[in-house]
Amino acid sequence: MDLIETALAILASGLRLAIPLLCACLAGLYSERSGVVDIGLEGKMLAAAFGATVAALSTGSAYAGLAVGMATAVVLALIHGYAAITQRGNQIVSGMAINMLAAGLTALLGNVWYREGGRTPSLEGAARFNPITLPGTETLADVPVLGPFWRLVVSGHPLPVYLALAAVPLTWFLLYRTRWGLRLRAVGENPAAVDTAGISVPRIRYSAMLATGVLCGLGGTYLAVAQAASFLPHITAGKGFIALAALIFAKWRPVQALGACLLFGLLDAVAIRLQGVALPGIGQVPVQAIQALPYVLTVILLAGFVGRAIPPKAIGVPYVKER
Amino acid sequence: MTIRFATVTVAALFAGAAFAQTTPIKPAVTFDVGGKFDKSFNEASYNGAEAFKKKSGIGYREFEVQNDAQREQAFRRFARDGQDPIVATGFSNGAALKKVAEEFPKTRFTIIDFVIDLPNVQSIVFKEHEGSYLVGLLAAKASKTGKVGFVGGMDIPLIRKFACGYVQGVKAANPRAEVIQNMTGTTGAAFNDPVKGGELARSQMDRGADVVYHAAGGTGTGVLRAVADAGKLGIGVDSNQNGLHPGKVLTSMLKRVEVAVEGTLTQAHEGKWKPGVTVLGLAEGGVAWALDDHNKALITDDMKAAVAKAEADIKSGAVKVHDYMSDQKCPVQ
Repeated sequence: MDLIETALAILASGLRLAIPLLCACLAGLYSERSGVVDIGLEGKMLAAAFGATVAALSTGSAYAGLAVGMATAVVLALIHGYAAITQRGNQIVSGMAINMLAAGLTALLGNVWYREGGRTPSLEGAARFNPITLPGTETLADVPVLGPFWRLVVSGHPLPVYLALAAVPLTWFLLYRTRWGLRLRAVGENPAAVDTAGISVPRIRYSAMLATGVLCGLGGTYLAVAQAASFLPHITAGKGFIALAALIFAKWRPVQALGACLLFGLLDAVAIRLQGVALPGIGQVPVQAIQALPYVLTVILLAGFVGRAIPPKAIGVPYVKER
Repeated sequence: MTIRFATVTVAALFAGAAFAQTTPIKPAVTFDVGGKFDKSFNEASYNGAEAFKKKSGIGYREFEVQNDAQREQAFRRFARDGQDPIVATGFSNGAALKKVAEEFPKTRFTIIDFVIDLPNVQSIVFKEHEGSYLVGLLAAKASKTGKVGFVGGMDIPLIRKFACGYVQGVKAANPRAEVIQNMTGTTGAAFNDPVKGGELARSQMDRGADVVYHAAGGTGTGVLRAVADAGKLGIGVDSNQNGLHPGKVLTSMLKRVEVAVEGTLTQAHEGKWKPGVTVLGLAEGGVAWALDDHNKALITDDMKAAVAKAEADIKSGAVKVHDYMSDQKCPVQ
């Protein structure tokens, strides 16, 4: 295997690892841009992963899994919305409550229903998202660089990967080119001004929560129904929190969010690939050092290169109409 | 065939007289991170405890460790409640169990995969390197590319012991074969991360490996899944995992934890429980390779003959498989 193929394989692996982060990161973007802090991304993804697996197992259809996964996350997002928007509760507390609820409930229900300690049986055939071979793989096969690039990186991923990638330009368009997007951003900066203009702040914020739920659902479904092909407790393994870091890294902007998530995914993929490989001039690097690499680089990048990340001004503040 | 033979030998080793006097016991079993349904190490322990329950009609209390802080708590709790014997599954329990065993000298403890030198502790360890040698031999014979992979769980000497035995087996069958080795992580969570396991396996297959052996507990389900998806061959560990992806799992390295757990409980029940170290290797039937309906089409007569010869050689001492844990080194890479 030559150098180019190796690099492309790492790129593809990085992409696969970045997708759950990307979904959660974009989900958080909608919520936080509307002024609602959401540390419950992790819990929503976990619950969606569980809901999607259960639905895919019982119906034998991955699409049913995706629908149920999204619905599960939307319900949790609306609960968060009810606590944070309608009841003006503490948004951190509400988000944390969702994380704990999801972690406990999925393990408990999984154990009661399948009696495998919270795991579910494995998904087979049409019950999981299988890799899609895009047209052009054959025709481009003999073209140097572009051929393998198309085969390894662009083609051959399951459907949720393409949906997540499509969500990036879509989010950009919604946010910067539609009336709803303008209002969403305004609600996060200065809700009083939006209210004065006669637009309902809660309605805009609730609609943002819907988008958050749908994207968390996509991320959770991808993890369980496409990547792991089964659910097990804590399958999200902190990805919802890393996504929050990526969101700050990207300064709450969609295209930069894609970049940040791809970087995190790529660092993870490199860490996997470099294990046990003797590097020129250094020799074999210990596993521990390689595995710490993504975190070390993240700290360096966050501290040194990103500059100041300014959050939406009204973030975390429940809106109270002046009387 | 191999399995039945092994079961009989170990059972004979533990059982002693069949009509022994029995004493009432209140056993407890703890399972390690990964959970009792990891289809691997912990599940084998669980099956052993269940088998004992079925035969003797004596139930047991159980605990699934979620994080390290709970270990000591769980043992102390069981000991204080008068549970006896207490079986700890997994090497990670070593320090906690030693402490609690010193506090409760009258309670009997059994630990799997770790040696504690106390008068009230029975330690059961396995010669995983011998079993791994056999599956390494099969892997090299089944490989078409001459490259095979190994995915370990947590990077600790015990897992290196699997890897080292495997490499020796591979090299014995094909001295020019290349083994690509990866460890999943450096904490206990490395035994429960199937997504990362799958990525590791894919990266090895990208580099040409077409048979991948895992010693990674729950992480291994991701390894076997990725290998089966790619149409290559995986090798299971601890429990018989041939049935997870029939026709895509070459074999499984059986570590007969279930027989050890059932054995130690039965000994306690019959009043024959003794402290000290028990080492279960190929000769004792403690490790083996799995052959059943799911993989019989994958194992050729040539492979069968080679592995049978290796088994005989190891038992007779003609072939010595190096144990990584004896000197923290592996003679081959």
